[in-house]
Amino acid sequence: MADPTDETPDPTANPTPRERKVAEDLNLDVSDPHESPANPENRVGLDRRAADEENREQILRNAPEQIVGTARGERRKRATRRAGKKVIEVQSTGHSWDGIEEYDNPLPRWWLWTFYITVIWAVGYVLAYPAIPLVNRATQGFLGVTTRDEVARDIQRFDEANAPIQTRLASVELDAIPGDPELLNYANNAGGAIFRTWCAQCHGSGAAGAPGYPNLLDNDWLWGGTMEDIHYTLTHGIRSPEDPDTRYSEMPKFGVDGLLEDEQIEQVVNYILSLSDEPHDAQRAAAGEEVYVDNCSACHAEDGTGDRAQGAPNLADAVWLYGRDGRADPAVIRRIVHDGPYGVMPAWSDRLNEGEIRAVAAYVHGLGGGE
Amino acid sequence: MALLDHHKILEKNATLLLVFSFLVVTIGGIVQITPLFYIENTIEEVEGVRPYTPLELTGRDIYVREGCYVCHSQMIRPMRDEVERYGHYSLAAESMYDHPFQWGSKRTGPDLARVGGRYSDEWHIDHLNDPRAVVPESIMPAYGFLRTRLIEPTQMAQRLGADIAVGVPYSEEMVAEARADFLAQADPDLDGEGLFERYPGAQQRNFDRQAGVSEMDALIAYLQVLGTMVDFSTFEPDPRR
Repeated sequence: MADPTDETPDPTANPTPRERKVAEDLNLDVSDPHESPANPENRVGLDRRAADEENREQILRNAPEQIVGTARGERRKRATRRAGKKVIEVQSTGHSWDGIEEYDNPLPRWWLWTFYITVIWAVGYVLAYPAIPLVNRATQGFLGVTTRDEVARDIQRFDEANAPIQTRLASVELDAIPGDPELLNYANNAGGAIFRTWCAQCHGSGAAGAPGYPNLLDNDWLWGGTMEDIHYTLTHGIRSPEDPDTRYSEMPKFGVDGLLEDEQIEQVVNYILSLSDEPHDAQRAAAGEEVYVDNCSACHAEDGTGDRAQGAPNLADAVWLYGRDGRADPAVIRRIVHDGPYGVMPAWSDRLNEGEIRAVAAYVHGLGGGE
Repeated sequence: MALLDHHKILEKNATLLLVFSFLVVTIGGIVQITPLFYIENTIEEVEGVRPYTPLELTGRDIYVREGCYVCHSQMIRPMRDEVERYGHYSLAAESMYDHPFQWGSKRTGPDLARVGGRYSDEWHIDHLNDPRAVVPESIMPAYGFLRTRLIEPTQMAQRLGADIAVGVPYSEEMVAEARADFLAQADPDLDGEGLFERYPGAQQRNFDRQAGVSEMDALIAYLQVLGTMVDFSTFEPDPRR
């Protein structure tokens, strides 16, 4: 039994009147079995064409005027009124695919005018700004704009605004800066900005340092914490390779250069730990005292309090430049004695001007440990 | 319109459309690119820019290999904020021996165009070993393994030859001495006379503070030379640019 929903035409049925009409319109040869609508095999195509025809008629009957296309070249200027609304008919471009026609609608006015304005703008832009490459250089434009001038002017504008206070900052006595509210205020802001740009990578954005890079918030200074000392350190750096006046000292590589036996290093490490009452091996520490006096005391002092003139840290306090999580670590101390530390701080005199260096000095001095 | 009717021929013929599209793009390219080759101030002349030493060049290869350019640019733009933070804006001449250039297009980390001399070698070692040891906020991966990988400069002459092929003016002497220069730069105990003569301003140090030439030596040597070649105290910007 045939499925009632099956839409395939029943091959045994005769052509419908409409199908016959389509066949007539197409001038089909009824006697030719390949074309005759009576042949069921030709029925599928005829059926579709008939349905298309029917649809088309229906659309033409119901469609509003403005979407009714007309053949190309056939001018229709008639405006009709439908439901009280003026409808202007649009001409077809004559392109049609599967009954879908392309209409020759004009571009929206706002779009078109925007387009014209951009064209005019482009001409003006080419005249005003550097644009067209010629033989030796590009056209420069009548505005004479260059980004290099702009950035130079921009920098100059800020430099000029800061000039009076910068000059004053660079000319007063160093020690007078912390006592001058106006200078101190400027130094704290400008110096803080410079610190976060140039110094934070080593000393931390909050100046609390990192293992090997001193904490600047406390009053434990390697080379001194007065304005004068900080200013000198900033200007010339520490072990800075390019600056002849840099602060310089070098701790021997006791292990690498074979100055001490491994056991002696172990002893002196325990002695150093004993100076600040860290956990240590008392027997080794006692033996380490002699090693310390012979090898270390010249710089770090007999009692281990260090020597600022040589940047030798205080070993008897609880502050550990080379430690772990801010605490003493025998393994780290062993490595330092063995390999020798060589902390470097760049000299800033070729990157920052005197006023800027003084601003940073005052900022660091005011962080808490300034002397 | 007659012209538009002719245009129809293009629209209806795929091959012809392809050929003419290519022609249009070619003309556009020529107009934009060709002037750069003959306009005199494309690369303004500055004092001091020299080809990289063999060690720096090796460091540069490591920089490219590790994809540093993905997060770090080497291009300081002429804007006040960038100049104040990183230093003088970059000049075309400063990357004229870079093949390929490392200008970059994205800054996840800071610009490195003038990182040379800004930090100590020790800082670079600490930072490459564990970036968070010195910069707690950093999201950079650790590159401590570079220090354990020693480089045997067996192909230095060929490496320089590759750059010569793309226009870097290495002399015959530089190529002949490439291996010696490579070793001399990372060992202050070796004679650096020839190195300094061939590459003015080259820095000779044991960059990674350990024996042998490691990849970290090369990378730090490269980082320490970035942006330091031009002496900006004598630099006059070309007013025609």
